[in-house]
Amino acid sequence: MTQKNRLSSSKNRGRINYKKPLTFTYGKKTYSGYEGDTVASALLANGVDIVGRSFKYSRPRGIVAAGAEEPNAILQMGATEATQVPNVRATQQELFDGLVCRATNGWPSEDFDLMSYVGKVGGNIMSPGFYYKTFMYPQSMWKNYEKVIRKAAGFGRAPQEPDPDVYDHIHRHCDVLIVGAGPSGLAAAAALAGTDLRVVIADEQSEFGGSLLHSSELIDEQYPQMWVERICTQLREAGNIVCLPRSTVNGYHDHNFLTIHERCSDHLADQASHQVRQRMHRVRAQWVILATGAHERPLVFSNNDVPGSLIASAVSTYINRYAVIPGQSLVLLTTNDYAYQTAIDWFNAGREVVAIVDTRTNPQGVRVQRVRELGINIITGSGVINILGRQRVNAVEVAKLDEVGEKIIGQVQTLNCDTVASSGGWSPVIHLSCHTGSRPIWDENILGFLPGETIQQQLTAGGVNGCYGLKDCLQQGYDAACDALEKLGCKDTPKPSFNKVEDIAEEPAMALFHIPHSEPTSRAPKQFVDLQNDVTAAGVEMATREGFESIEHVKRYTALGFGTDQGKLGNINGMAITAKSLNKSIPETGTTIFRPNYTPITFGAIAGRHCGELFDPKRYTAMHQWHIENGAKFEAVGQWMRPWYYPKLGESMQQALNRECVAARTSVGILDASTLGKIDIQGSDAREFLGRVYTNAWEKLAVGKCRYGLMCGEDGMVFDDGVTSCLGENHFLMTTTTGGAARVLEWLELYHQTEWSDLDVYFTSVTDHWATMTISGPNSRKLLAELTEDINLEKDNFKFMDWRSGTVAGIPARVYRISFTGELSYEINVQANYGLFVWEQLMEAGEKYNITPYGTEAMHILRAEKGFIITGQDTDGSVHPYDLNMAWAVNMKKTFSFIGKRGMAREDCIRPDRKQLVGLKTKDLECVIPEGSQAVNDPNQAIPMDMLGHITSSYWSENLGHSIAMGYIKGGINRIGETVYYPQTDGCVIEAEICSPVFLDEAGERQHV
Amino acid sequence: MFSIYCPHCCEYREEEEFHAIGEAHIARPVDPDALTDAEWASYLYIRKNPRGLHHEQWVHAIGCRKFFNITRDTVSYEIKETYKIGEAPAFVA
Amino acid sequence: MFDKNLEKNTIAMMDLLPDASVNARAESPLAHLDQFHSHTNIDTDSISLQEKPFLGHLLLRGNADNTAFKDAIKKVLLCELPKTLACIYTNELSICWVSPDEWLILCEGDKAYKLEKKLREALVGHYSLCNISGGQTVLVLSGHHAHDVLMKSTSYDVADCSFPIGKAVTTTLAKSQAIICRKDKTTWELIVRRSFADYIWHYLHDASSEFK
Repeated sequence: MTQKNRLSSSKNRGRINYKKPLTFTYGKKTYSGYEGDTVASALLANGVDIVGRSFKYSRPRGIVAAGAEEPNAILQMGATEATQVPNVRATQQELFDGLVCRATNGWPSEDFDLMSYVGKVGGNIMSPGFYYKTFMYPQSMWKNYEKVIRKAAGFGRAPQEPDPDVYDHIHRHCDVLIVGAGPSGLAAAAALAGTDLRVVIADEQSEFGGSLLHSSELIDEQYPQMWVERICTQLREAGNIVCLPRSTVNGYHDHNFLTIHERCSDHLADQASHQVRQRMHRVRAQWVILATGAHERPLVFSNNDVPGSLIASAVSTYINRYAVIPGQSLVLLTTNDYAYQTAIDWFNAGREVVAIVDTRTNPQGVRVQRVRELGINIITGSGVINILGRQRVNAVEVAKLDEVGEKIIGQVQTLNCDTVASSGGWSPVIHLSCHTGSRPIWDENILGFLPGETIQQQLTAGGVNGCYGLKDCLQQGYDAACDALEKLGCKDTPKPSFNKVEDIAEEPAMALFHIPHSEPTSRAPKQFVDLQNDVTAAGVEMATREGFESIEHVKRYTALGFGTDQGKLGNINGMAITAKSLNKSIPETGTTIFRPNYTPITFGAIAGRHCGELFDPKRYTAMHQWHIENGAKFEAVGQWMRPWYYPKLGESMQQALNRECVAARTSVGILDASTLGKIDIQGSDAREFLGRVYTNAWEKLAVGKCRYGLMCGEDGMVFDDGVTSCLGENHFLMTTTTGGAARVLEWLELYHQTEWSDLDVYFTSVTDHWATMTISGPNSRKLLAELTEDINLEKDNFKFMDWRSGTVAGIPARVYRISFTGELSYEINVQANYGLFVWEQLMEAGEKYNITPYGTEAMHILRAEKGFIITGQDTDGSVHPYDLNMAWAVNMKKTFSFIGKRGMAREDCIRPDRKQLVGLKTKDLECVIPEGSQAVNDPNQAIPMDMLGHITSSYWSENLGHSIAMGYIKGGINRIGETVYYPQTDGCVIEAEICSPVFLDEAGERQHV
Repeated sequence: MFSIYCPHCCEYREEEEFHAIGEAHIARPVDPDALTDAEWASYLYIRKNPRGLHHEQWVHAIGCRKFFNITRDTVSYEIKETYKIGEAPAFVA
Repeated sequence: MFDKNLEKNTIAMMDLLPDASVNARAESPLAHLDQFHSHTNIDTDSISLQEKPFLGHLLLRGNADNTAFKDAIKKVLLCELPKTLACIYTNELSICWVSPDEWLILCEGDKAYKLEKKLREALVGHYSLCNISGGQTVLVLSGHHAHDVLMKSTSYDVADCSFPIGKAVTTTLAKSQAIICRKDKTTWELIVRRSFADYIWHYLHDASSEFK
């Protein structure tokens, strides 16, 4: 395959390495290119005109731009299923050998597109809001419409297999971050090289230089590429500068926090072998210099989207940087001097410039003169009003315009050509400056928006300021660096990196965005404003006619600036057309602002290393390895991995639970309870503090004793519970729920630091320090006796709710006789490094009792048999202790108004019909009510039924031989014995009797044995 | 992502080390039981939500675990100052 | 032996290590990783990650402005408590500032109880001392790429100018947290919670893979 549009090496100073030919696949065909190409330049070199179909009308589309602003050439990349990447801009993807890509749009293919016929037929009916208007009714059908519409539109697709590549995050802190390495950015960086400052300079392109890479304006009497090379060497050698090519600064967030998306190996191969593919730099910068440059605006005219119609500077870039000339014969349409350079470049490449069509009546600038000297035909005071051709430009229609460019005043002439380059001036790339909420400001001189005021420590230089002359751009970059140096307290003034710069004077551009057609806009052939979203001038006008006057509404109604494009090319034109049709000025119309990200980034880069096993921390107890080796199934409780149940070979979950629950009531079970939050509290006011944060009394708890406490918020609602033990007169150990540990500690600190700092007390988390194992069941005392010699286990000496210290299996331990199962239980705490050892000793000694490890599920069943609540499961932040029928845990007589006391006394909290926690026993003993089921009094009541409350806990109890449940019932405590009904989604109704939630051993004798 | 000066660690730290608690300078009533329901509700729930300067309580959760206050502009997100519990802000609306 | 005077306790204190006569096995938080074989096999010049298990960790709380408190500490530790964000290494101890009223003292595991006792004998007034040796472990990240691995793992600025030798910072580490101490140019000690140790170990290994 020949590269018919490739310029010969002798004619070009570009960045192409002719010695390194590369092969790649686009669609079904194989093409060749060179090292240094982008996919776009290689496609153009091979004469590929169509790179996709448009979003709504399915019109053939070609490459328009050469950088991040490209709206059409959005490709699906990847040689294998696992390496698929959607939405890759051909203009930004460097070519590598073996690259595989295809057009994203176009179904079944971009050359033959089914939807184009809809577009053609439907052309005029596919107006803005078309989808809203057409597929609105019936609403239920939208899901079906959407499938077809989406498929036809084509948005690329995610891979179906796991991404094999590694992505990375890195945190950077610097004094100055320079965004963009064009003339301004490089001049700034050069001035900062060798200083004490930490500097990062990032540019989205493969090499630094920006516009200088295709420019021929001289710096210090040399081609600018020489200057770029010199500066880059200087930066590399300076030692204080981190240079990041292929790195897009995508987001500018509060307090100078910026994210940079670096493509480390996307340019090397389909898959990165042994290296990071992409890296997200998270940068905190003291000062930011935005040197983001400007994007050229295309002009809006009829059929301006036909392949072969490009923006002028892109044509220059392809010729000078990539040695590709995208056609044979050019018509240039311009409102300004600068674009004349494109005609010069085209001419110098040896191909025909048919004409320059300048909308201004009498242009006389330096570049205009140079073009005249080359003998190129300039048609002034005129515009290209229409392109002829479907798959490729084959001619243009040119007509004289009136002085303001609003009307056609002469005959239409047709010029044959295959390429149209258009330039409506330049739009500063202000995206990043908008990210932090700064509103851009319209500038009448440059006919564009400039960065608005900001509180960020932000400086701007060059094109982003609407400054387009090379000399000024370099100077502004240098000045910004000097500013930053001064602001950071450096006294030395650096030397500029340039002396003599070619300065080409330009005449003012014409404020023209939309070239009229002989027909009114609504009837003229389509004039595209936003190519990616198929928004036309007629569409924008229609939006304003239909009453969408705010630019934000116009945007949403028409989709202007949506998608991956974010209005890079179309926004200003769209606003100008909106303004004109509203008879307002552009500043009066206002602008939408840009949000992160500047260009799309991959999920891989966002996730970094936080994926797979490292997605979220998994917390393990000291006995975790034993649980794994003994077949535990795990459940995540917060970040903790807790054994859920321990199935034996062939056992179902329910069978395992039944076995575990029975063992704990008939012999002995063992639970890893290490995850419970534990807070060590020391200080002479510890007791007073406990009295303030718990609802019950603590004055009289003796050393050696434990007590259960409920913790409420100021609103009186329960938020945590647990047992606190008095270790010493000034020393307590509080336990919290597994999930509540961090929150409770912060809660205690909050009150201590902000309300009661006069209390002498300190809190320390000791959750991880202790390994905790609970042995529970009638044989637990016998088992413990075998492993301890120095703790007197006599039931009258070591009572229920006592704790003792001593050794267990030779290891110093604190043993708490507390119970969450209602059985005789001991909670053994040892320093966590010995946890596994003690656990193993217990298992060994317990063998004769058939000691049975049980998990969180059996624990839940066992406690539910006793009616013990689990905060967070049986409470939801809307219930106070009285709702839980736990008045015994509240002491209203305490002198200090403890947290929650006032809250639970509010009028609403003493209503008799509050939902209260009760037990529920099903009429059908086998039936387990699904958790979350709603109770009703009358299952035959018409919908909506009066709901009484929901089931919070519900299990099969093997010990009792029937199901058990806890749940809320309005006024339930006074309704014991009554029947309620639980209608299910399948239509059946479960009948249940309200009962005490204590299903087993109501007198509580078992834990006291 | 804010950059927040911790008045206890005496340096700027990344926002991810902190938790926001809520409006600052809301003292717990000395005698809650003497308050009417409306007064109690006002203590519990009524917050300023100003456009502009706002005093907020934060905690350096992954750090020194100390609570402190911030004066922040809710429009620009500029943090005017941070100060310790018990101190008065220098910036007031 | 432990029960006798329980009711007279002001503070409960106990030696948590078993008697030498007891044939007991201690396991560090990373014992399950078989770390001294395949897992740590990283070029030591470039990057190395090791666990320093079984140290004594004592968390001290008190008022740094209280002269009696300071004097008692100095008497026992033979040095001043470190100032804000600093850590001190002596022959037998390392002491990190954690917060304005909080310090972490690391010592050999079997010295922790003795040290706690000595401190409690010397200290008067309001303070707190907590043995948390089972709850934490120390990871030593070293080598000339240690700095790069940290840049991938914490948002804190670990450059020389912001993180000199002798600094100690509690901050985020991946999606967990650590006290990070810089011991020398290329050696960093990360004090992490037991339950997060496995996660942090694996994260750091993953972040080191470029430098192995």
